[in-house]
Amino acid sequence: MKSFYTRFLLIAFVTAVSFFSAGPMSTPVNAKSPRVVEITAKRFGFSPDTVTLKKDETVVLRLKSEDVTHGFFLRALKLDEDISPDSPTDITVTPTTAGTFTTICDHFCGANHGNMKMTIVVE
Amino acid sequence: MKPDRRSFMKIAGTSLGIGVLYSAVPAAALTGEAGEMFSFLGKRNGEKVTPFSFVQLSDAHVGFNGPPDPLGTKAFERAVEMVNALPQRPDLVLFTGDLTHDTEDKDVHAQRMKQFKEISSRMNVPLIKCVPGEHDAGLDHSGLYREFFGETYYSFDHRGMHFVALDNVSQGKPKVGAEQLDWLKKDLARFPKSAPIVVFTHRPLFDLKPDWEWFTSDGDEVMNVLVPYENVTVLYGHIHRDDTHEEGHVHHYAAKSLIFAFPDPAKVADKKPIPFDKDQPFKNLGIRQVQANAKGSTSTSSIAISDIELTAREFLGINGVHQILKDPSL
Ligand SMILES: [Cu+2]
Repeated sequence: MKSFYTRFLLIAFVTAVSFFSAGPMSTPVNAKSPRVVEITAKRFGFSPDTVTLKKDETVVLRLKSEDVTHGFFLRALKLDEDISPDSPTDITVTPTTAGTFTTICDHFCGANHGNMKMTIVVE
Repeated sequence: MKPDRRSFMKIAGTSLGIGVLYSAVPAAALTGEAGEMFSFLGKRNGEKVTPFSFVQLSDAHVGFNGPPDPLGTKAFERAVEMVNALPQRPDLVLFTGDLTHDTEDKDVHAQRMKQFKEISSRMNVPLIKCVPGEHDAGLDHSGLYREFFGETYYSFDHRGMHFVALDNVSQGKPKVGAEQLDWLKKDLARFPKSAPIVVFTHRPLFDLKPDWEWFTSDGDEVMNVLVPYENVTVLYGHIHRDDTHEEGHVHHYAAKSLIFAFPDPAKVADKKPIPFDKDQPFKNLGIRQVQANAKGSTSTSSIAISDIELTAREFLGINGVHQILKDPSL
């Protein structure tokens, strides 16, 4: 009897946890639309060269290029995009770790490509 | 390590002041699986498995001229002289990318490729094999490179060793891509798992320093294809310094550059070349030379400066070719 009761409580608890954690995600109607952060790539730098994000805040990074195709690579946040001069690339990110990260252009774009980078700070 | 196991094939390497020489060494008294392996390779290639040596050169950046190296192609030309001065002629030179420095002027870039070919053709070796670096092939997705050097990825056999050239630069990104991965799987499928395989490519196939673009984004997928093979050595360039890395049983070795050196990313925050030293113009530059030697001893040469020694370890046929890199300064 006792073990049945314990198991029942456990199931109830798990259900409650999943209900609450699913809650915010299943009600996007109430969620604010995410902040849009624009980043422009131009040989051989990004503007701005530092962007500050909040931990656990979902933002849209709008990536634009003013000249050729650039890359936008950051292993820690699993970002690996190309930025075409034809149209902006939107990526939605929710950083879960605080820290200072270096994002590089990883699409070869000419003479100073090897040092084309920017900083993303997550606080 | 105690040689309590039967030898199969060894690779030993010596770093010269300006490069590295590797030796591929089939051991004597080959029986059992190792013997079968060699007779398989012998039949396939129509040639006996015999000791041989090969040299790795990297990152000549022909056309580069700037403060980190105002001497242009001098180190490259010296490397050519050193290869020609080796007491034992190497069978093969592998060039792991950035043969030329990039420029948006197609004619100038073609001129640099021509100059690379002219200098490298002075080497008294039967075979020179190249892969592109991003400075050769990143801007035009290897269009010009292919006109001068042919395919950017391919494979060939040499005296019992299977060589695979991989291209992780031509898509503009540090990437091998699905098409090449498919090709690699097919290329290797015909080999037994114990076949000795040397992969040569430009960028590291692992995350050495992603912030400095020292990685290949799908390198893990390449390694997944390679790992079932027991005797894999990966040689690469790009980072302009020595590096050794072991993951699973696969060994990765980087060769120094022939133009300028990068510092140790663990010690320096910024990716800036080490400044030119006019008193020691070839300091920190390198040629990687590999030598095959029937007795398994490391090659010596009058020009050898052994800042790195790659020594062979005895191994069982099924374990494959294992190597340990010994740094004598330690
Ligand atoms: Cu770029």
